[in-house]
Amino acid sequence: MPADPLIVLSGVNKHFGQLHVLKDIELTVGRGEVVVVIGPSGSGKSTLCRAINRLEPVQAGTITVDGQPLPAEGRALARLRADVGMVFQSFNLFAHRTVLDNVMLAPLKVRRRGKAEAERKARELLDRVGLLAHAGKLPAQLSGGQQQRVAIARALAMDPKAMLFDEPTSALDPEMINEVLEVMQQLAEEGMTMVVVTHEMGFARSAADRVVFMADGQIIEDRVPEDFFTDPRTDRARDFLSKILHH
Amino acid sequence: MSVLTDNFSLYGKGLWGTVQLTLLAGALALAVGVLIAGFRVSPVKALRVFGTVWVTVLRNTPLTLLFFAVLLGLPRFGVVLPFMVFAVLALGAYTSAFICEAVRAGINTVPLGQGEAARSLGMTFGQTLSLVVLPQAARSVIPPIGSTLIALAKNSAIAGSFSVTELLGTYKPLNELGYGIVWTFVWIAVGYLIVTLSIAGIFGLLERRFGVAR
Repeated sequence: MPADPLIVLSGVNKHFGQLHVLKDIELTVGRGEVVVVIGPSGSGKSTLCRAINRLEPVQAGTITVDGQPLPAEGRALARLRADVGMVFQSFNLFAHRTVLDNVMLAPLKVRRRGKAEAERKARELLDRVGLLAHAGKLPAQLSGGQQQRVAIARALAMDPKAMLFDEPTSALDPEMINEVLEVMQQLAEEGMTMVVVTHEMGFARSAADRVVFMADGQIIEDRVPEDFFTDPRTDRARDFLSKILHH
Repeated sequence: MSVLTDNFSLYGKGLWGTVQLTLLAGALALAVGVLIAGFRVSPVKALRVFGTVWVTVLRNTPLTLLFFAVLLGLPRFGVVLPFMVFAVLALGAYTSAFICEAVRAGINTVPLGQGEAARSLGMTFGQTLSLVVLPQAARSVIPPIGSTLIALAKNSAIAGSFSVTELLGTYKPLNELGYGIVWTFVWIAVGYLIVTLSIAGIFGLLERRFGVAR
């Protein structure tokens, strides 16, 4: 159990109709911790990630972020979401706005920052992800890897307490994966609290403090990456690793 | 031909009446229609129900019946307004149901992820809708809204039967003056074409301006 818990899921259960997608999930993410969630498709890892900011409501259990239980839909939930950044598989940049506007919009409208301050910060973040030169373009004019880096900058512009990554590289061409992982790696080194759902085992090994392995809606293993990858405890995890690591 | 030149001011008044009805009722319909579309996709159940009832009732009532309901019904509850205002209310409310459905169809063309991204950044429902979803829905909504407003311009003829000055109603005095029915109506038709083709032109421009590839 981490010393300073930031995200705590306790007894979380979720059903999609008949399908039981999250089963009695217990997960604590400490402040500054990087937790990588892996597992076969359909194991519930994306749902778990989306449940943390209530993009997916859960039927049972409690989820708290920084000591606050997730409020029901409404302004209180919006305030909480403002503090939790999210990066999606399909980038989801606002298609009708320029790159700079994408990064500035929420700080302006949600945080009510001044325009000059929001723009200065947005340019700083775009510079950090290496895309300042593209500030005036529309998302559709960027490559997938570039769009995803903008999406990360957009989330960071809100000064989030934690960042959720829902398969951030799964929709990318292979040669663009690294540019996104490098930004994430850097974030992890700076002490950002991160929950990362991914298939990138290299990232899990190098950046994660803990690896959570899920299958059939349950957390099967929750361990230090080195231990998990060299000596998985369960057959299920061994089977999964053998399929993805050797080919 | 002389029917037009002899009665230019009569035609002009009628055309102006139709333009006024179209503009005022159109503005009302757009405002209410977008609002009701917002209701219909809102997370609040009461608003969704209200929106559904609004659309169902107004879309399924014959417009003439609606005119009767407004012009004869409202005064019974002590609401006495000029006929022109009643006509704008009836036309606007009726058309708002169709605008609402066009806007809702447009909202459904915006990928779900856009709204999710907005919400994940802490935007409220209203901000998500007005800053992210509606601006992107607008592109696909321009053509059907153009059609709806053209229908509104033509529907405004019904107001003529309720003592409101508009284009179609000009045939009555002209008929009494003994002008030929065919040319009277040809010039009325030209008047409607001026209004409807203007709407089509404006929406064509809007589509070229905002309908660009994303």
